[in-house]
Amino acid sequence: MTMMTEDDLHALADGRLGPERRAEVEAWLVHQPEARAKADAWRAQNDALRALAREALDEPVPQRLLSALNPRRQRWVTAAAAALVASVTMGAAGWFGHAWYAASGNSTTVVFAAKRFARDAMSAHVVYAPEVRHPVEVAAAEQQHLVQWLSKRLGTQLKAPVLQAQGFDLVGGRLLPGESGARAQFMYQNTAGERVTLYVSAMPKNSTAVPTAFRFESNGPVSAFYWIDRDLSYALSGDLTRARLLKLSELVYSQIGT
Amino acid sequence: MTTSDSARPNMDRDSIIAHIPRLRRYARLLTGDAHRADDLVQDTLERAMVKWALWQPGHDAAMRTLQLRAWLFTVMHNLFVNQLRGKAQSAAREAVSMDDVDVEGPGRDPGLRLDMERALRQLPHDQLEVLLLVGLEDFSYAEAAILIDVPIGTVMSRLSRARKRLAELMEGAPVRTARPQLKVMK
Repeated sequence: MTMMTEDDLHALADGRLGPERRAEVEAWLVHQPEARAKADAWRAQNDALRALAREALDEPVPQRLLSALNPRRQRWVTAAAAALVASVTMGAAGWFGHAWYAASGNSTTVVFAAKRFARDAMSAHVVYAPEVRHPVEVAAAEQQHLVQWLSKRLGTQLKAPVLQAQGFDLVGGRLLPGESGARAQFMYQNTAGERVTLYVSAMPKNSTAVPTAFRFESNGPVSAFYWIDRDLSYALSGDLTRARLLKLSELVYSQIGT
Repeated sequence: MTTSDSARPNMDRDSIIAHIPRLRRYARLLTGDAHRADDLVQDTLERAMVKWALWQPGHDAAMRTLQLRAWLFTVMHNLFVNQLRGKAQSAAREAVSMDDVDVEGPGRDPGLRLDMERALRQLPHDQLEVLLLVGLEDFSYAEAAILIDVPIGTVMSRLSRARKRLAELMEGAPVRTARPQLKVMK
């Protein structure tokens, strides 16, 4: 019989001994209660370890981990963000029909708030939609909490529309700063990894907002439909065709306008 | 050894996805924080995709000799060690820690579970890693040695120290703290 070492005890605890060596070690341990207890305790440690984080094995794999296996997202988003800022700085004139007014009520400070709102929505889309690790602050798993939180911060009851009819699932949402208060961004994603964001803002309390039709705005790859409905303004942004984006916008409108 | 130079791990999306739950479990116990764990897993998957795309014969010894699962753990180990190095000078670990791990899960005895989690947090990272690779993930000592790139004797000595330390901690024996004190984050 060869010498016993501590390594043999580890190997016994870990089930790493061949049958012959195992028999030798077991035989030796009969007269070595202390060593026997050690090996048993180590085996129990292994069992306890396996019991610890077992729930991780049953949880569905989060989308962001699946997304990590996709080919890297293109770099154009950075360029698109720059282009967006540039084009907006040049000024977007020509949209007089449905300008909505800032809370000040001073008609000389009419801001083309709707258009600027759409621009903000697209900027926010361009910034967060490519985000792999932290696309949202609160995930869809906590949808109730998410909606309550954003509603509270915007000072009005929000809804997270369901866009599954068009193949998009809620990823989650985040809170963003806006001109006249907080804004909410809900993010959706389909199985192809395409993302759209719904950007929501509460109208200033004394503003003279009127409901508007869908307006379309496009900047580089990102487009948005935006509209006002009651006391909220919405913009749905995405790198989708106009037709697809419109369908989604109609779906949103039909759910939260009523 | 049956691997040849052309033996790139058989790595398609589905076979990697199948390993994600175990990577997540391991990372949770390693980092003590479910969110940090998923960050680590995500980094691991992204790195794995890049390394695989750039793979060349003779390029990565661990990749040639290990199965896909072990190789993914190797990638995770390297990222984890790099993160620790990066954090070494930047204060203590954040206070969230194991609080994020689901205590209501199917562990049999919540008290024991908490004690165990607390004890694991007090193990030095190099010992904890060997303990998890061997005791939780069931890697052989030789695989663990390749995986973390140390001699097999080092694996055995770390394993031995980890097990003794864990036993002491579980008995509530007073021990010196091997890690920085947890800092309370406001």
